Amino acid sequence: MLAVRDLTICVGPAAKAVDIVSAVTFSIDKGEVLGLVGESGSGKSLTSLAIMGLLPTPGPRVRAGRIELDGSDVTALQPWQRVEAGAGRLAMIFQEPMTSLNPVLRIGDQIEEAVRVHDGTSGRLARERVRELLDMVRIPDAAVQLAAFPHQLSGGMRQRVMIAIALACRPQVLIADEPTTALDVTIQVQILGLLRELCDRLDMAMLFITHDLGVIAQLVDRVAVMYGGRVVEAADVGELFGAPSHHYTRALMDCMPAPSRQRRLRPIPGQAPRPGTITAGCVFAPRCVAARDVCREALPPQIRISERHEALCAFPLGSGRSP
Amino acid sequence: MWSYALKRGGATAVTLVAASVVIFAFIHLVPGDPIYILLGDTATPDQIDALRRQLGLDQPIIVQYLRWAGHALSGDLGRSIFFQAPVLSVIADGVETSTLLASMTMIWVLLIGVPIGTIAAMRHGSWLDQCLSGAAMLMASVPTFWVGLYLILVFAAWLGWLPSSGYPSIFEGGIANLRYLILPSLTLAAPNAALILRLTRASMLDVSREDYVRTARAKGIRPWQVVRRHILRNALLTIVSAFGFTFAALLSEAVVTETVFALPGIGRLVVQSILRRDYPVIQGVILVVVVLYLAINLVVDLSYRLLDPRVELQ
Repeated sequence: MLAVRDLTICVGPAAKAVDIVSAVTFSIDKGEVLGLVGESGSGKSLTSLAIMGLLPTPGPRVRAGRIELDGSDVTALQPWQRVEAGAGRLAMIFQEPMTSLNPVLRIGDQIEEAVRVHDGTSGRLARERVRELLDMVRIPDAAVQLAAFPHQLSGGMRQRVMIAIALACRPQVLIADEPTTALDVTIQVQILGLLRELCDRLDMAMLFITHDLGVIAQLVDRVAVMYGGRVVEAADVGELFGAPSHHYTRALMDCMPAPSRQRRLRPIPGQAPRPGTITAGCVFAPRCVAARDVCREALPPQIRISERHEALCAFPLGSGRSP
Repeated sequence: MWSYALKRGGATAVTLVAASVVIFAFIHLVPGDPIYILLGDTATPDQIDALRRQLGLDQPIIVQYLRWAGHALSGDLGRSIFFQAPVLSVIADGVETSTLLASMTMIWVLLIGVPIGTIAAMRHGSWLDQCLSGAAMLMASVPTFWVGLYLILVFAAWLGWLPSSGYPSIFEGGIANLRYLILPSLTLAAPNAALILRLTRASMLDVSREDYVRTARAKGIRPWQVVRRHILRNALLTIVSAFGFTFAALLSEAVVTETVFALPGIGRLVVQSILRRDYPVIQGVILVVVVLYLAINLVVDLSYRLLDPRVELQ
């Protein structure tokens, strides 16, 4: 459905360009929910913007790699070019529902705009589709809300509107970049529930980006963990939580509070690397408890733990090779 | 919307009263006595007293104000000391000339500043943007009298297409007389269009970094639609208020251009009247300018409300 291969994103002038996302590879099957986890600065948001064709110009750019949607190469295409090329069934919702809607246009017009692009309809047909979308994201009082301006809606409602806009293109894949970070906990639960339900009902795949492992555990089928611009581990959600292989994944879980286990939280020592500072070896080596000389010298191999579980580590946990 | 308009209108009326007091009081603080100017050095004290009484200048200032304000409300702005004619008829030509000149200038400013500013913003960083922004800088820096003289030289003296000076009223000579205002309005438009161009460019660049512009792009609408419906629409909020200021300033501050083109505008009239200590004319002109300023501000406020739904009644 969606395949990302060796995606590399760099910033800076051509001569001194620094890679901030390196060789990211993953794919999402039809109807599958993939969680992309990582700290701030791990490159997960840039990866998602690149997939959507929304990298700001001037700014970071795709240096290498390939993004395929349903078999067609969309790497260099912006959303409107994808629509023209017939590969526009990819949508995205963002972290900040408060600023993601145009303050001077009515909600109804903003949704209808997306409907017109993708359905090529206007007038009554388009308005019917808008109503249908509002029902799908469970916005009550459609007539009132359609005439409202964004500032008259709560954060949760605005995020529902954003989801309605995203659904206008009947997406095969929905990219959700921390869509609940800015919302209250109760609203968070509702929005997450809605997203999961929509995926199941519309057979829609989702790339869910977050730094919150708790959300990941509840919501996704498969997880890719990003660190320092690389995917360091990818596995089905049960396997990842049950038996993480990468030391970073393990460390990340140790910083997560769990009500069932009474134990101290263990923060990861040190700080996430600034882009371009680690040029050789494993990106996590400076903070890794199991790092050896070889880790600092050469990029670790991609090790296949099981059929659907891979880790970028020379000494993965539970392999008997770790010290 | 209507209650908003009413409230803004009320506030405007209050401002007008306050402004009229300031205008009336301020002019009396300026040194120099119009009686001496009218009568010259050779006047006797009796003549001076008589004229002072005749003009009402012997009354307490508060009485002078109330009398003046009352008359002003009924359209009587007094008599010009210098011209010995009603103030209204003295300034009528000036108001017509200046209003038309400012309006025509704003049309050029709108036609030049906003589209070119938009193009510069959409191509920002490119050589085209550098050229346009550089040209705007140049236009904003060149003095208006220089631009005016060159326009006269080319279009009036060499090509003979347009008249170089004066302005016969359109109420006497018909709408074709507007051609007298083409060169002066272009002269005034040069620096102002440049400013609006830079402002348009800057505020469009600001807006284009907003999250909702990214949302618009994500929908898959064409770049031109993103610019028109989302970026320009929001950038207009900044541009409209600058538009109001510029228009208002043009009404009274076009003295140099009026002089170069020998136009009977209010800018020149007020400067001459100050030199002549012609109090009633100065007051009348300033009052008219204040009314126009307030009217423009009211229009800007109301259009702001139309453009931005977040503006609510305070």
